[in-house]
This record gives sequence, structure tokens and C-alpha cells, in this order.
Amino acid sequence: MTPLLSVSDVTKYYGNRVGCEGVSLDLHAGEVLAIVGESGSGKTTVLRCLSGHLATTSGTIKYAMRDGRVIALETMSEAERRLLMRTDWGFVHQDSRDGLRMGVSAGANVGERLMAVGQRHYGRIRHAAETWLNDVEIPVDRIDDSPWDYSGGMRQRLQIARNLVTSPRLIFMDEPTGGLDVSVQARLLDMIRGLVRKLGLSVVIVTHDLAVARLLSSRMMVMQGGHVIETGLTDQILEDPQAPYTQLLVSSVLQV
Amino acid sequence: MTAPVYNFAYLNEQTKRMIRRALLKAVAVPGYQVPFASREMPMPYGWGTGGVQVTAALLMPEDTLKVIDQGSDDTTNAVSIRKFFVKTAGVKTTETTEDASIIQTRHRIPETPLHEGQILVFQVPIPEPLRFLEPRETETRKMHALEEYGIMHVKLYEDISIFGQIATSYDYPALVNDRYVFDPTPIPKFDNPKLDQSAALQLFGAGREKRIYAIPPYTAVKSLDFEDYPFEIQRWDKPCSVCGSTTSFLDEILTDDKGGRMFVCSDSDYCGKRPAL
Repeated sequence: MTPLLSVSDVTKYYGNRVGCEGVSLDLHAGEVLAIVGESGSGKTTVLRCLSGHLATTSGTIKYAMRDGRVIALETMSEAERRLLMRTDWGFVHQDSRDGLRMGVSAGANVGERLMAVGQRHYGRIRHAAETWLNDVEIPVDRIDDSPWDYSGGMRQRLQIARNLVTSPRLIFMDEPTGGLDVSVQARLLDMIRGLVRKLGLSVVIVTHDLAVARLLSSRMMVMQGGHVIETGLTDQILEDPQAPYTQLLVSSVLQV
Repeated sequence: MTAPVYNFAYLNEQTKRMIRRALLKAVAVPGYQVPFASREMPMPYGWGTGGVQVTAALLMPEDTLKVIDQGSDDTTNAVSIRKFFVKTAGVKTTETTEDASIIQTRHRIPETPLHEGQILVFQVPIPEPLRFLEPRETETRKMHALEEYGIMHVKLYEDISIFGQIATSYDYPALVNDRYVFDPTPIPKFDNPKLDQSAALQLFGAGREKRIYAIPPYTAVKSLDFEDYPFEIQRWDKPCSVCGSTTSFLDEILTDDKGGRMFVCSDSDYCGKRPAL
């Protein structure tokens, strides 16, 4: 089976500094991959390279399109790449203000992608927005509120709804639970897990929180200093970490 | 150096050449915003410096000029721009729409249908329709290039969800020649249908923003809307109190401080040529 996303030897330098070096991975349909590591380990750089937000220094990223063609990201025209980014892909930012259009209502935020792909029927756009708000557990009567009036957890859920409205196949998440309190985190993770199962999404999630990785992902990639130091099944890595750094990471999780 | 001390219609020849080049490009790509090296004009930005430069670059000694502001020939802006061109070019001026070969306008299109050979010059405050939703100029240019116009409907969506209808009543975005979304300047949306398939050449100059764009004669201009909320123009319950017109754009005029008001045509030439009630 062709992987949905196939990454080989991706390297990104910021001048002389290393962003990430020699990262390779395959992501199959319906799979959730977590990239973990401490701050500055290059996990966000990898995510931004994979999602087309950042040009790589070298390496190839291939994506299997809906029609079966496998296309290298760097050979796509900008128009194609941007279309892909707002239809077949989604990106959930750590800071919801980066991912939402804060100046317009929640309903318009969810409807934006539909309008971007050419939907021109207000009633249907509104109905889709209501359905998605419901799916991410936001009360439908808050549809006309500005995201400024939403709590942090609600904003993150709104961001997810806004991304899922065009039924994408691949979602990138950058610390989606960062800055949320523990109970809200738990609820959000539960919801993400449910949606991923229900919709059969493939997800690349960046997190420093091993609990998030354990709950959501099937596979895990541990990064340090821009390099991948360990990959494998999530349970395997967490139960039996091989690399010294991973051992440190696993043992440093606070036990309640 | 034997530089001439006087040049017809204020601008020097090099400037005119530069503006005419921009105009030609604008006409060739309807709705596309062409950058140009806007000059300082002897009036403040916001008073029509873009329109004045376009008019100055177009004017020939045999032209007849009409200048309107909010439809009227006798408001400050219209009077001073007309005087400016009388002084610097000595061209004939008129208040009659049919007689003018160039009409410079702020915020209205005349009620009298324009004919072939006429040029309508608009003064543009903000040429970029996407700006209020996407402030980055690099991004909006990319969006124009890639025809990513979904965001314009986000604005209309907001209108409907807040007001129950498309409440945008002026500066109403439209699609030119099935390609570029453009800003028709703060004309009321009442005038948007007149942009479509117009017999006259329509030119737009934004002085502060340094942009020129154009709609050649007989070009399709479609105002954006939703299938279930189609584009509509303003309507009034009463006719014009002066001439009784039921088809023109009316201004509301307060007549006293006890709530008295009247509705009068904003196009003073059109209203004045009709028999009074």
C-alpha cells in the first residue's frame, strides 16, 4: 500500500544552525504519528516542512493525492499546494489566534474553507457550520459569537472544526493542547481521538507531552537536536525506551 | 537645458507617459491593479489625487470635462478639481453628462446612461478589496494571482449572520471579466449594475495607494452574492421630492431639527434637467 505521506531525508538549516536533519518517515492512511521532544528539538520545524509552510533545504516529501497520483511537494505549483492545504489538509496551531480568523464570527470561521472551494449557498454553509460546531461540542447558539468571546478550549475546538469542514485526509497538529488546563485537555483529546477514529483521519501531531502522545498516537518519533533518535510503536517506546534521551524523557514524567 | 516652463494639464510629459502606460496595461487586464509612480498633487490625499492624475494624463485640448462629487457638480471637491483643470489645461467644462468626454467622479456614476467614447474616471481611496480581511499586501497579491476569493464571501456571510441580509451598501465587491475581484470605490451598490457592460471606458486611480485599474467598455462586472441571498440594490419608498424620479439614487436631507427630512436625487444634473414637481 502506498503511504499517504512519504518523507525521505528532509533537512532544514536556518543559516548555519540545524533545524532538522535527515528526517524520514512514512505515514499511512488512518495512522496517527506523534513527534515528541523537548523545546528546540526541531519537531515544529519538521511539522512546518511537512505541511508546506516552510521550504526544506533538501529531501523529498511525497503525498498521495485523492486520484492516486503521488506528487512531490516541491514540484507542485504554489496554486496546487495552497489548494491542497485548504482542502485535503488541515493545520491546527498551538495558538488558536494563528489558526482562526479572529475578526469574524465562529460560523464564518468554519464556513471559510467551504466558500474558498466555491460554495455559494448561505443556507448550506450555515448548516454545515452548525453541524460541525455540534460535532466539536460547541453550543450551536454561539455560532455568531466572535472567537474572542470563546474560552481557550473552545477556540481550539473551533480551529479543529474549521479544518475538518472540507473533509481533509491529513491533519497536522502543533501542540493542540498547549496552554489548556488539564481537564480541558482531557476533553479535547477525547474529542480528537473520537473524530480521528470516526473520520479515519491521518494525523501528525507535535507535542512535548508524552501523555498526549500515548492517548492519541499509534506511532511515535522522538527528536533531539534536530535529529530523530528513536521511532516505533508508541506503547513500545514508552514501555521500553532504548535511547538514553528517551529513557530520561519517559522517566521524567510526573507521577501523580 | 531648455525645459518648457509650461506643460498642458499640469503633469510633465514623462509623468503622463508613465501614467498612460499604466492605463494601457490596466485596460488590457481588466480589474487588475497596476502599480504606478503616483505624484504629489496640489491637494491632500483623499481628495482625489489618483483621479486627478488619470484625468490629467488623458486630457486633450478638445476635451470637455465634467467633475462630480457624490453625484453633484457643485460640491467643494468637484468645484475645486474643475477649477484646477480650467486653470492648468483651459479645457471646456460642462455639467451635462451627455456632453462630457471625460467625467471625473467621486462616489457616484451618473444616472444618465453613458455612451461610447466617454471616459469615467473614479477617485479611489482603497483599491484593495481583500485588505480588511487580509491586511498583508504580499498575501492579497498572491490571492489575486491565484484567484483565491473565498474570503470575500466570508465578509458577506458575516453581514447576513449579523443583519439578516447583505448589509454592505457601498464599496460593494464585484468580479470583473470573470477574473479579478475589484473594489468599485465607495459608490453605492445602487451603481454596481451600471458598471456591467458599460459603453464608456471606466478608469480608477488611487493616488495614495499608487494603483490604477480599469474596466474597458462592454466588460462583464458581476457583484458578489450568495445563491440564496442574491445581489440587490437600494430602493426608496418615496420618489425624489424635487423631480419625482423613482429610478434614481436619493440622498436624505434633514430640513429642520424636528425630524423633518426630504429625499432628493444625488445626481444634480439629472435632477435639474427633469421638470420640477
